[in-house]
Order: sequence, then C-alpha cells, then structure tokens
Amino acid sequence: MGVAFPFSAIAGQDEMKRAIVAVAVDPGIGGVLVFGDRGTGKSTAIRALAALLPEIRVVDECRYHCDPALEVRLCADCTTRLANGPLPSHMTPVAVVDLPLGASEDRVVGALDLERALSRGEKAFEPGLLARANRGFLYVDEVNLLEDHIVDLLIDVAASGENVVERDGLSIRHPARFVLVGSGNPEEGELRPQLLDRFGLSVEVKTPTDLATRIDIVKRRDAYERDPEAFIARFAEADATLRAAILAGRAKLGHVEVPDAVLEKASRLCIALGTDGLRAELTLMRTARATAAFEGADVVTDAHLRQIAAPALRHRLRRNVLDDAGSTARVDRAVAELFAA
Amino acid sequence: MNDPSTDAALTALLFAVDPVGLGGVCLRTGPGPGRDAFVSLLRACLTETTKFRRLPLNIAEGRLLGGLDIAATLRAGKPIAERGLLAEADGGVVLIAMAERLPVSTAAQLCAAIDTGEIITARDGVAARQSARLGFVAFDEGDDDDERMPPALRDRFAFQPDLTSGVDTDDLPYDIEAVAHARASLAEVDVSDDIITAISSTTMALGILSLRAPLLAVRVARIAAALDGRTQATMQDAALAARLVLAPRATIIPQMPPEESEEEPPPPDQPPENEPPEPQDQSEQTEQNDQPMGDIVLEAAAAAIPAGLLAQLKAAEAAPKRQSAGGKAGALKKSSKRGRPAGLRRAMPGPNARLNLVETLRAAAPWQRLRRTEGADPARVQVRADDFHITRFKQRSETTTIFAVDASGSAAANRLAEAKGAVELLLADCYIRRDNVAVIAFRGKGCELLLPPTRSLVRAKRSLSALPGGGGTPLAAGLDAAEDLAELVQRRGGTPIIVVLTDGRANITRDGNGGRAQAEQEAMAAATRLRASQRTILLVDTSPRPAPQAQAFANAMAARYLPLPYVDPGRLSRAVQNVTPARRG
Repeated sequence: MGVAFPFSAIAGQDEMKRAIVAVAVDPGIGGVLVFGDRGTGKSTAIRALAALLPEIRVVDECRYHCDPALEVRLCADCTTRLANGPLPSHMTPVAVVDLPLGASEDRVVGALDLERALSRGEKAFEPGLLARANRGFLYVDEVNLLEDHIVDLLIDVAASGENVVERDGLSIRHPARFVLVGSGNPEEGELRPQLLDRFGLSVEVKTPTDLATRIDIVKRRDAYERDPEAFIARFAEADATLRAAILAGRAKLGHVEVPDAVLEKASRLCIALGTDGLRAELTLMRTARATAAFEGADVVTDAHLRQIAAPALRHRLRRNVLDDAGSTARVDRAVAELFAA
Repeated sequence: MNDPSTDAALTALLFAVDPVGLGGVCLRTGPGPGRDAFVSLLRACLTETTKFRRLPLNIAEGRLLGGLDIAATLRAGKPIAERGLLAEADGGVVLIAMAERLPVSTAAQLCAAIDTGEIITARDGVAARQSARLGFVAFDEGDDDDERMPPALRDRFAFQPDLTSGVDTDDLPYDIEAVAHARASLAEVDVSDDIITAISSTTMALGILSLRAPLLAVRVARIAAALDGRTQATMQDAALAARLVLAPRATIIPQMPPEESEEEPPPPDQPPENEPPEPQDQSEQTEQNDQPMGDIVLEAAAAAIPAGLLAQLKAAEAAPKRQSAGGKAGALKKSSKRGRPAGLRRAMPGPNARLNLVETLRAAAPWQRLRRTEGADPARVQVRADDFHITRFKQRSETTTIFAVDASGSAAANRLAEAKGAVELLLADCYIRRDNVAVIAFRGKGCELLLPPTRSLVRAKRSLSALPGGGGTPLAAGLDAAEDLAELVQRRGGTPIIVVLTDGRANITRDGNGGRAQAEQEAMAAATRLRASQRTILLVDTSPRPAPQAQAFANAMAARYLPLPYVDPGRLSRAVQNVTPARRG
C-alpha cells in the first residue's frame, strides 16, 4: 500500500471519525470498536490514523517508547538509566501496530530472543507487539475472529496497562498502555462481552446509502489509486489542520470544565439505561471533555454529551436478546427523554 | 452478444490485465472443461513470468504467512525467516481450490493481503512485513447456497463469471495480444465523473451496499477501455463493467423506466428511482445517446442478472430445498491433532500430541552452552526430554441447534409466535455458550432454510421476524431438510442438535401433493432416516392436545418427546438445554 489514504479525505462516517479523534485527544478514554458492514472504510480510517497523529517524545533506545516526562511509568531499564542522569530523548511518530489474526502468543507478549539464545546462549527478552504498541495504538482487524487465548491476553493487559511475561524462564514486566482499536463485521461472529467492555467507544458504521456521498467516495478512491502522491498533497492541509486541533485539544484537556449539571445528566442517562458499573459514566465524561477540548470549548455542554452518548453507551447496555438490534435506538430514546425533561 | 461463454472469456482477459487491482475471480462450478478452459485462457493472457501458485485448503498458517525456517535457523545459529506462500507469489495469481471450505481465519488473512498488498508476519519469533500483491482465482465448488466461499473474500473479488456454458473465445472483441498492451497503458486511461456517477447509481439501483463493488466496476471500465486501445472510458465500458461486476451482486431487481420510443428525448421527469438528474452534456457520443447514460449501464446489469436470482427474489413460496448430502467429504475426523491451536504445553509428543518444534527449540536454546560443556557433541543442538512442547488444539466442537418449525395452518399462527419466542430465548443461551442456531420452516408445499447456522443475534432476529404461517404440513420435507443440514454441520466439525416443533399432522408429500396417508408414510421414512444417523433430537408436540402421531414420530426417530400444549418459551429453552450434551470446559 505504501502511503496511507488521508484521514480527512474519508467521506462521511462522522461518528467513527469523531470517536477516533476523541481517543487521539484523550487516550484514557480507552479503545474504539468499529463494527459494521464490509467495505465501509473501517480499515482505511484506522490505517490513516498513523499519518495523522502528532509525534511523541520517547527515551532514546528504549524498547517500550517510554515518556521521559513521566517518571512513574518508566520501564525497568529506563528507571535504572535515570539514576545516572537525565534520559536522552527524541521525537518519533506514534506507533499504530497491527495485530494480525494469525499472530502467535509469543509475538504478542514477547518471548525469548531466539537469535541470542541460539548463537550466544544468552537469555534475553525479545519484546512483542504489546511492547511496540506502548503509548500508541493496537489495531485488530476482524477482532471478532481473534483466537480466544489471544483475546484473554489482550483483556488482561488492556486492564492493567502492564505486560507481565512469565515464560521460557523469563520474568519480565513492562508498560503496555495502548489504545485498542478493533474492527469487524458482526455478521461474522459476536465479540466476547468481556472484550466488548474494554472498549471505551463503540461505533457502528453503515454503508452510506446516499448517492452523492457514494459517488464522492468512489471518485476519491479512484483518484487516490491513480496518483497517491498528488491525492495526499491535496488533503495535506486538511490533515495538518486536524493534527493541530488534536494537539490543541490535548493541551486544553486539563482546563476544560465539566459542570456538575452535565455530570448529573450523564449519571441519569446511565441509570435510565441500566448500564453496569461506573465505567459508562466515566467514559461519557471523558469523551465529552475530549470532544469539547478538540472543539476549543472551555466548558462541556449538553450538546457535547448528546453527541457522544451513543458511541459511549451502546455496547454497555445490558443485553436484551429480544430487543437486540435496537441498542442505538435505546440510547437515542433515553437521550431524547433526558433532554426533553 | 451477451453470451455467457463469451463473457466468461472476456472476464479472463480483463482479469489478466490487472489481477492485483481486481482482487480475484470466483468460479462457482465443479471441476470440468469450463473451469479448465477459463484457467488456461487466463494463463495464456498472463505474462510467462507471472507466478501461478496453488493454495491448498489445509495450508498451515506458518506456510501461508511465513515463519521460522527451522532447518536454516539451526544451520545458521540465528533465526532465518521462511517466506510464506503469499509472499512467494507476490505479483502473481494464487489459485484457491475448494474455496467454499476455506476457514474464515484463512480468508481474513487473504482479505488483509488484498487490502494492503502486503503480509505482516508475527509468529514463531519472526516479525516481517513482506509485499504480497496478489490476484486470486477461487474454485467455489459448494453445491448449494449454504456452502459458499467466505463472503468477506467474495466481496473483494471483481468477478464471478458463469461457466456453465463454457468459455468461448471466438466472439471476443479483443485479442489476447491486447492484454499486454492494456497492462502498459492502463494508467493513462481516464474515467470521467459521469461514468463514476453512472456506476455508482447503478450500484444503488441494484441494491448493492458494498462500496467495493462500484470501485471494482470503475477499474473494470478502465481496463476495458485500455483493452480497446482508448485513453477514455466510455459508457459502453461502464455497461460492460456493470454486467460483469455489478449484476451478479444484485439484491433487488432495478426499477426500469418505461420504454421510450426512439425519437423521443428522455423526459427528465421520469428518471429511475435513485437516479440523479441526467447529465445533459452529451458530448461523449455513445451509440445509444438518446438514452440517459446511467440507464445504459443499469440495463446492461439488469439484463445480466442470473435467472436464478430473479426466481429466488420472486418466489413467494420457496421450493422444497434439497441439499445434496452425498459422500463428497467424509465426516470430520476428531483428533487432538487438528483444529485451532489453543496454546502450548510442556509434554512429550506422541500419536495424539503434535510436537511444536519452535517452542521445543526455544526451551532448549538457553541451555545449549551448558549442555555442551557437559561433554555433548558441540555440533548438534542438545534437546532433552523436558524441552519438548506440544501444541494443544481446540476442536471446533460447536453445537448447532437446528430448529425445524412447523409453520403450517394446523400449527396455528399464535403457536408460531410462541415458537419464535422460544428460538429467540434460546439464542440468548447460545450467545452465552457460543453456539450456533439454524431455523428451518416447513409449511405449504415445502420448506425453507430461514436462518443458516449463525451465532449472530442480528441475523437471527431478522430472518425470524419474516417467518410467515399457513398452509399444509410437509413434515417429511421438513425432517429431510433438518437431516441434510445436520449432516452439513457435522461435516464442518460441529455437533448438530435437531429440535422439531410440530403437531405431527403430516398431510403434504415430498413432491408437494396433498394426501394424508402417503404424507405420513413419507414422514415416517424421514424419521427413520434421522434415527439411522443417531442424532440428538427433541420433538416438541405443539398440538393443543398431545396427539399419538407426534409421539409415534418421536419414537421412530428416537427423539425425546415433549408434549407442550401451550408453548412456554422458558420451558422449551430448558428442555433443549437438557438434551444438550455436557459442555466442554
């Protein structure tokens, strides 16, 4: 593929783009799950993300991309090095790591470095995909087809932010904080509820049925395939503006006020929908705040909350089998009732 | 001019120009001269150096994607990656035989290769990213609609030509020699916005949701123009693309505008549904330029919609479904040597445990130095008994519950609603236990597979809500269909459970005629067949008063009999659980 399709050239799919931008502003929201029909640009949007995100500062020669500014989260190596003086660092693009479907456990968590073991008889750790994804994004296409034992592993690491390796006589732990991005088609298999819950936002993408949008998509794709460089240049400015807004949003995030009235509305929404636990409220609040920060607002308003209620809540509703297709409708109904009152 | 055999030959030519861009060709036919002719024509059109690899169905993931080359690794003393089949075939064409049996996980890998043009390997201690720009030719040999190659892969393929009447190269508008020239000039062909608009609106009018379809059609139009030696794609090219790419994907029959007389200009107030205002600029002269341009494309597609599809769409009453269940493939053998890998364990390999070489070497590796100092031969890798690792496999032992629902008039309409409720309730259990559910309805003259085995609640709900009631009771056909489906499930490695909901009042024979005596006789024969295959069966008697017929059928098929004068969904669901064998783990 070489160069990725530019993010700002993706026509339509606003909910998906908004959710991706929100987690780019505040990775603490958790992952994004993109579920929908085939051929709706799910993979395209996520592969475009890598080119869009601003660079991050990392410690030189650190295998886990440690942040020199965050001493509490340094890996064991960096902590040792820190004792000898400040850590040298450089800027690097954010990692968007693909977790391919056929990945074996040793590649995901890391394992004994075979080369060094075979040639020098040394026991050394070779980091896996989780290490590479630290502070970045871990993308699983067809996440609903992922093998169970890999899913279990992801659930565990996503919850703890740390990868603990106990195998091949190795005993290693290293930071593994990443934004999990999953995509899939629900008709090909359901996702385990435990993994579903690990995603902060869940987006449903549908094939656009409006002719103008469809023509636009086909035209853009065709233009991109004929001359990728020219096409990317056409959207370079839009991508740069978006990148600047994400950066500004990150800087502003800590200063955005969340009024009690909005928090109360978030809680009432969760109660009305009967979501389990407090994760729903937290996600609502964080996502609304990130959206406000991205838009440059100082205060989170009801409008922000309404915008992100569906992606933050639709996968957390207690499963009602007889009313399954309507989880988005249920959220919308609850939102409408709440704000009408 | 739209002779299918010529179209098939044309497909081979078009595909040969740009196999990578067009994704693939799905040949839905059994082995035979048509298929051979297609492949040899395709090979004749490709350059001699184009790689042509065959993908065996049971290919191990390591071989497909690449992994560690153990022999070379041991020789060199450092990991040597082995290229997978997909990376080896880079730039060429890969042939998939028996694509209908392709595992979904393998299909997902192929889809990723089509989407990104590369293979990312992350296994066996190897992390590599290799170019894999491929076109595929898939032989889909499934003989009914339930056996098809994975839809995700099919969606990415441009063509699914009809090979029933062979491949005829006599009427081809282009020479085979044009292919090489077209390949070179492809990048110069311009596809105007009008053509993109026409293709997009045709896609909509045919009810095709995927956006890959119009993209592939645009590419085909471009190739068609290049084959003809032009640098501008015309509406004829678009019509060809619509016929070959879009028509086989149609889900609805397009609304055609009424026929116009030749002289009359197209009235702008009668565009077909979803059609944008026609571009008034007719500068691109086509032979039929007094027709709206989009219509030419649409008509070409509509004319090529397979007759079977139309019949299928129009059929208000479905014909009895006969699935061939001949001994084409043996029942899936169960052993601990196949299935999906589910982790590793330190143990000795044996007849029932497959050695995992990489893990074994990995375990042995750190000790090599030490063991050599103990006086062992330094030239050899020292492997001790406790280094051995085996791979554990998880057999796909999914349970598929097949509901055969009597939707006849005698099982009154309200019972049907209860049965639907029961199935939905059971789906909730199946969701938790990760089981599959299938629904067959029989009524009137035959039966219909409402829901092929699925775990998707969304689909289950959709197909159930569409279940109509009324008509006679073709019990024999219903039982046959349930048994056929059960066989299919078993062949795929699943465990079928059949739940028959009926009042046992058979009155329609297999050939669709009335006649209680013969119908009952046939139903009894079908029941005996079920008994012979030793299925787990539950017969739920839905008649208002439990009747002896239903009990007799239950006995004949060795089924558990459950009289349920008033179907209570909760009770039914518990009954099904009781016949379900104990679950793994």
